[in-house]
Amino acid sequence: MSKALLALESVSLRLHGNAILDKVDLSVQPGEIVTLIGPNGAGKTSLVRIVLGLLKADSGSVKRKSRLRIGYMPQKLQVDATLPLTVLRFLMLAPRVKRPAALEALEEVGAGHLALRPLQQVSGGELQRILLARALLRKPHLLVLDEPVQGVDVNGQIELYELITRLRDRYGCGVLMVSHDLHLVMSTTNTVVCLNRHVCCSGRPEQVSLDPAFVALFGEQASALAIYNHHHDHDHDLHGEVVETPAGHQHGPNCKHA
Amino acid sequence: MPEFLIYALVAGLGLALVAGPLGSFVVWRRMAYFGDTLSHSALLGIAMGILLDINLTVAVTAGCVLLAVLLVVMQNRQWLASDTLLGILAHSTLSLGLVVLALTDNVRIDLMAYLFGDLLAISTGDLGWMLGGVAVVSVLLALLWRRLLAVTVHEELARVEGQPVTAIHMALMLLIAIVIAVAMKIVGVLLITSLLIIPPAAAQRHARTPEQMAIGASVLGCLAVLGGLGMSWNLDTPAGPSIVVCAAALFMLVLTVPRRA
Repeated sequence: MSKALLALESVSLRLHGNAILDKVDLSVQPGEIVTLIGPNGAGKTSLVRIVLGLLKADSGSVKRKSRLRIGYMPQKLQVDATLPLTVLRFLMLAPRVKRPAALEALEEVGAGHLALRPLQQVSGGELQRILLARALLRKPHLLVLDEPVQGVDVNGQIELYELITRLRDRYGCGVLMVSHDLHLVMSTTNTVVCLNRHVCCSGRPEQVSLDPAFVALFGEQASALAIYNHHHDHDHDLHGEVVETPAGHQHGPNCKHA
Repeated sequence: MPEFLIYALVAGLGLALVAGPLGSFVVWRRMAYFGDTLSHSALLGIAMGILLDINLTVAVTAGCVLLAVLLVVMQNRQWLASDTLLGILAHSTLSLGLVVLALTDNVRIDLMAYLFGDLLAISTGDLGWMLGGVAVVSVLLALLWRRLLAVTVHEELARVEGQPVTAIHMALMLLIAIVIAVAMKIVGVLLITSLLIIPPAAAQRHARTPEQMAIGASVLGCLAVLGGLGMSWNLDTPAGPSIVVCAAALFMLVLTVPRRA
């Protein structure tokens, strides 16, 4: 654990009197892909903001490896329509980034052809690749991706996940990503953390057993899909509070609530 | 050419040069109403400057900076919508300025000159302060250009990439405050924002890079100053409003030019 890029211990956060995060533990090792899943309002984005240092936890400890460089891919990017900015210039807004490096990063994510396109005229999937390129330009030890496949169709999602895995293999960086999809996570995700204010459970995703119809639909790419099959040992009400199941609540190893 | 006209030209062109790039940020960041509020409060700065007997350019700059900081703090509290807050401050500071000026009855001042500008009555001292302000703004803009753009495009991304976002915001406020202090003499507190917004809005249509838009706005601003002063000289119209009318006419003209494919 000592070589972890990032280690959060018992992190809690309250905003406007509401508990957002309750004693959350999280760690990312070099080369590890950690996927954060959970419903809306589960505190995924708040947790990411704490990791990034944009938000301060009320209690608990946040340890980052010294001189940790984080490449951040935000959930969305809204640039005013009046700002004439090409994709290339957008990438060159990262500190100390010159044109050749920006072009290279764009090629790396398979978006080289978009270099001179106005930023406001790219599609959702293209924008995600461009944001990923911007994150790569930092030569990050840790990539933090907030809903990297948002607004992208299923095929595009698979491609993006594969791209993220390739980048991880190539640079050996750790990856922390947020998804709010329960089922569609990569087979290469090393760890899945299910968050609903507290960590419900975390562990390795199971390999999907390949359904012939599924393979027919997606071909080779189907192997990039996995169904994360965890045993959810308690229920939540509409407010995310833990509701005791009739059989009694069984705490998982990562279950921190009383 | 009479001396006062040369002064007016130099001051007006100087202002137009920096108002182009700075105004582009006002447009990109949707700060038009913010700029308006700051410029309305400039009158309060003038009243304070007269009361405390300090240089008016300095008084207005300081007043605008203070108000800008106050605004940012109040916006972060989020107990009122931004535009409501801006509306309250714009009109209450303007009114307070008018009331304070009326109470300082030992000083005779020409209120119209402050509300709508008095470009043709610029003294050598005024010109010095204005050109100083213009120089400070251009140097800061050039130094901060890339960072200002980065923060404008995505604030959190810039913060994660290590940019001092709060300091950059403060610098932008300071730049706007200085430009308001400079522009007050030229177009008056009620018309300042037009010089920040109309030229960039016109330049936007044909710009392909942020720099093209900024420089285009400077050029259009200079044309508006030249046209406005010419109009004022020949038709005996007030200089400030004439400049704004010219800027608006240029904007309409640009709209009729078809965009490049």
